Amino acid sequence: MARLEKSAGDIANEIDERFGSAKFVRRSARKVFPDHWSFMLGEIALYSFIILLLTGTFLTLWFKPSQVEVPYEGSYIPLHGLTMSEAYASTLRISFDVRGGLIMRQIHHWAALIFVAAMIVHSARVFFTGAFRKPRETNWLIGVALITLSIIEGLLGYSLPDDLLSGTGFRIAEGVLLAIPVVGTYLSFFFFGGQFPGEDFIARIYTFHVLLLPGIFLALITVHVMLVWYQKHTQYPLPGRTEKNSVGYPFFPVYTAKAGGFFFITFGVTTLLAAFVTINPVWLFGPYTPTQVTAGSQPDFYMGFLEGAFRLMPNWEIHALGYTLSMNIIVPCFIVPGLLFTSMGLYPMIERWVTGDNREHHVLDRPRNVPTRTGLGVMALTTWLILLAAGANDVIAITFHLSINAITWFFRIAIFVVPPLSYVVTKRICLGLQRRDRDLVLHGRETGRIMRLPNGEMIEVHEPISETQRYILTAHESPGPLELEPATDPNGIPRRRVLASKLRARISRFYFEDRIVPPTPTDARELESSGHH
Amino acid sequence: MRLLSKPLGALSRQRRRRFAPMVLLLVALGLTGGAYAAFAPSPQAAAATGASAQTLKDGRDLYLRNCSSCHGLNVEGSSDGPTLVGVGAASVDFQVGTGRMPAAQLGAQIQQKRQQFTQEEIQALAAYIASLGPGPAIPSKDQLDYADADAAQGGQIYRTNCAMCHNFAGSGGALTRGKYAPSLQGVSPKHIYEAMLTGPQSMPVFPDTTMTSQDKRDIIAFLKTTQTEPSPGGLALGKVGPVTEGLAGWLLGLGGLIACAVWLGAKAR
Amino acid sequence: MSDQQHTGPGARSHDAQSDGRHDVDSRDTANDTSNADIQLAGGHDSEGPPTDGSSHDELATRFADPGLPAHTYRRSDIDPLAARRREREVATLFGLSTLGTLLFIVAYFAVKPSDAAGPEMLGQVALSTKLLGLGLGLAMFCVGAGAIHWAKTLMPDDEIVAERKPMRSSEEDRRAAVAALKEGAAGAGLGRRKLIRNSLLGALAPMGLLAIIPLRDLGPLPGDVLEHTAWKAGRRLMTDPAGRPIKAADLPIGAVVHVLPEGIKKLPRPLDEEAKATAIVIRLAPSDLADQRPDRKGWDVAGIVAYSKVCTHVGCPVGLYEQQTHHLLCPCHQSTFDVTRNCAVIFGPAARPLPQLKLATDEAGYLVAAQDFEEPVGPSFWERGD
Repeated sequence: MARLEKSAGDIANEIDERFGSAKFVRRSARKVFPDHWSFMLGEIALYSFIILLLTGTFLTLWFKPSQVEVPYEGSYIPLHGLTMSEAYASTLRISFDVRGGLIMRQIHHWAALIFVAAMIVHSARVFFTGAFRKPRETNWLIGVALITLSIIEGLLGYSLPDDLLSGTGFRIAEGVLLAIPVVGTYLSFFFFGGQFPGEDFIARIYTFHVLLLPGIFLALITVHVMLVWYQKHTQYPLPGRTEKNSVGYPFFPVYTAKAGGFFFITFGVTTLLAAFVTINPVWLFGPYTPTQVTAGSQPDFYMGFLEGAFRLMPNWEIHALGYTLSMNIIVPCFIVPGLLFTSMGLYPMIERWVTGDNREHHVLDRPRNVPTRTGLGVMALTTWLILLAAGANDVIAITFHLSINAITWFFRIAIFVVPPLSYVVTKRICLGLQRRDRDLVLHGRETGRIMRLPNGEMIEVHEPISETQRYILTAHESPGPLELEPATDPNGIPRRRVLASKLRARISRFYFEDRIVPPTPTDARELESSGHH
Repeated sequence: MRLLSKPLGALSRQRRRRFAPMVLLLVALGLTGGAYAAFAPSPQAAAATGASAQTLKDGRDLYLRNCSSCHGLNVEGSSDGPTLVGVGAASVDFQVGTGRMPAAQLGAQIQQKRQQFTQEEIQALAAYIASLGPGPAIPSKDQLDYADADAAQGGQIYRTNCAMCHNFAGSGGALTRGKYAPSLQGVSPKHIYEAMLTGPQSMPVFPDTTMTSQDKRDIIAFLKTTQTEPSPGGLALGKVGPVTEGLAGWLLGLGGLIACAVWLGAKAR
Repeated sequence: MSDQQHTGPGARSHDAQSDGRHDVDSRDTANDTSNADIQLAGGHDSEGPPTDGSSHDELATRFADPGLPAHTYRRSDIDPLAARRREREVATLFGLSTLGTLLFIVAYFAVKPSDAAGPEMLGQVALSTKLLGLGLGLAMFCVGAGAIHWAKTLMPDDEIVAERKPMRSSEEDRRAAVAALKEGAAGAGLGRRKLIRNSLLGALAPMGLLAIIPLRDLGPLPGDVLEHTAWKAGRRLMTDPAGRPIKAADLPIGAVVHVLPEGIKKLPRPLDEEAKATAIVIRLAPSDLADQRPDRKGWDVAGIVAYSKVCTHVGCPVGLYEQQTHHLLCPCHQSTFDVTRNCAVIFGPAARPLPQLKLATDEAGYLVAAQDFEEPVGPSFWERGD
């Protein structure tokens, strides 16, 4: 033991003399990490990304990003002798003729789905708890960029095998490129090296998929994680946790073991899923040729909301001056995601402007205590879910024996009706929960015991809640709406930007008009002295 | 998806029960129709189809009792069903053999159900209908022998002509207004062949002239090969593409990992 | 509540002068009185979190923070036997992980799908995938679960509290930083030496072109290739994929054939040509041709019509022909075309009918194209017009 310690010490000495690493280790080993399951969602995404890098590298050893047509001579009989691209043939080779190839392919694909899904759930957690607030807006923006890029990365990835399903996806991509005003036709010809499908695009998207985008991911994820480290993690509003401290477990050893262990858990769960559940059985789809298509042509789920927007959009095309503007493509493919992602990215700035709150926040919100934000978040998620479901309208139709036309019309109406409704309902629920919290603090918990008073009245006995719970229920702020600024400043000089401040006051009213004020000790005392229980 | 379809199956059974009175009514109508048998067209082409007079008579009786209420006492068709003159024995064998006919309900699409006649009765019915006018015959044993057929070639033909409705693996797909292309899982080679030959309901006709008998055998070989082969990757998730994969990714993948995270975050006792 | 309140510390003095009514006013006075109203607790305060103040009215507006809960001991903290048990559990998990690794290695060499003949190969792949996945999955999952179990049950579980400083630098650092930048900028003379500044901008601004221009050779210019397909007058319709010519008599009513022009496989880049030329041939009953456009009279051969199979929305092959309704449905986005009315759009996002291919028969009686499509097939593009 002593020898081990000595040699470890020797190595540490050599490193420190070169990098001065002791300073860093001294500061970091006891760095505090708040512990909560919802803080692991981002880690699922991070670890999935590492799994993607590892399995992806394995796949590149055999995959041939080439559209050269070759006859298939591998071991899968139902495709034997068919002409197909080398990309598809090499994917079949990985699946059937390389030992462990299929499990690696399946881990890679499942990890991709989990990567995007984890990012979505992680961003929802960050949103609903207000973790995006100052000083973490930059990290929110990086997160939005990562989600956006992951959708593109996923599309490129599942297109590489050049099977019938993925080829259909790129046929649609061609249509989308062509729809871009003015330059679309040129972009499409440059992208495909001529007409669709051409002989170039698999090789091109391969470079994007394995080099360019992963590089960008790596850079963004590094900054994202370093910022979490530097700005320290947020924490839930529990007793003893304030804006000026950070409560949790030390980085070494507890968090190292937990986070490190969780990487292996993520890898393990993904692998077990891949061991027993098929994903993307390309051998069943057949090689891509532009004259064929399959029923239920769907993208992976992260493209689903775009697919849904495509399916719901009415056939609006503008023809003028000898040019064509395909609104039936531009709206679902550019405007819908543009609005969704831009509003998502800008939300922290918008909320800061509306609330005028310029402070740092490290203690999280309970979603019910910010009803408007929570309502808006649910509204965005609902929109996304409706589009996602609409993207699977044919599968819904066949599974539930419904009319695909009726489903499409249902979603066409729902996309305008349900999200606002979900906003209102969520906000009401939040306010209701706040009211209940207030009652709990002031009147205590219902015990279910009925007591008869001397005067004969029957009352239920209420028990006061614990100090801890009372603190949790009352620790939040409940800001009221901003007042409209007077048109002139104190010196009587007219203010500029009156319109902006009017708008701001109006949005602020929208945010904060309905509110439940958390009870105070004074309230509790007054209630007690008035004899009411 | 399979899980989801279970309660739905129960639902449709219920619906079927609701249509039971209608079925009874149809049967009753069919029976009354028997009285008018005298007006039915006499089987002329008996010799041509090679069926005995007794078979044809049995077939006609079956027709009058079970089919004539919709297809007409003289097989001339009505608002409830088309004329059957010239549809051929293959069509009868398919429709009755898969239980689609006699129809229990007239919805967006007549559904497959348990076959209601013996194969002999179906043969008689088919012979009777075939005797009324020329149409595709029931494929012979040779035509259905796909042992030497080329599954890979069949796959190509299938993906060009069939996959857009029935999906890449024959799992079925949606058509307009509640109609659908049914799953081809477990459908017998004869019925697959007959469907291509006769174009039942929404399905177009793929005649032997443009899709040869060999082509059809190749398709059958493809379907039978891919539907009986083991799934190399594990559970096949209904072979309907990325929708069920997405559900599994969220529920099993992310769901499982979140469960692990909850365990990780829970304080040990 | 007035704007200035939220611009940061120091802006507070404005409040007294501001016209903000009711609760804003009461909030300032509340600070000095003991009967603070609820608004005080609620009003959003630029001065920092509500818990950090220690003024006397804090007691009236906030329930006190009871602080971190007392540390509770785990069974393994107080019972050496329990600790020993936990240790064994962790070791078991690590041991299972080793077994998983072994399983993976054994399975890799024991199951060799490529040795299996024909149809058995898939069964071997299935077995190999399950065993390798199980081995790898166990190896990974168990080592992770063991580490976490170890951390949860045996490592110290006292929560520690670290101080958090505001992200904002101290005033002194900020002043020093600004001074350093100003000094540097003055040294470079960016403001003074306009010539250098402008010429530098002139050098950097056009550099974007260096990234774009070399991409020109990614592909040829579109020209008019989107306007034409491989169909030409007299070119036979061949079945796809078999490549057989078709006679009109081959098609009973309700029949469908997917076709490509004769000789397309011999053209350079045949897939590009197929992507445009693919077409669907349908035989309609004469009665179903009643609603055809008058200018399309004579485009059919005995009720046989041909339409481009490339969806006018985003290009998926439209192949789902419903014999009874004569609807053609696109499986990608459900655009629906009515074949009896020259494939007019009746549902879905496609904006234009499918282009029709004029048919004829040649001397031998085979179906041929009478001409190329009259309009560009497939998705719309900017230069397409109408």
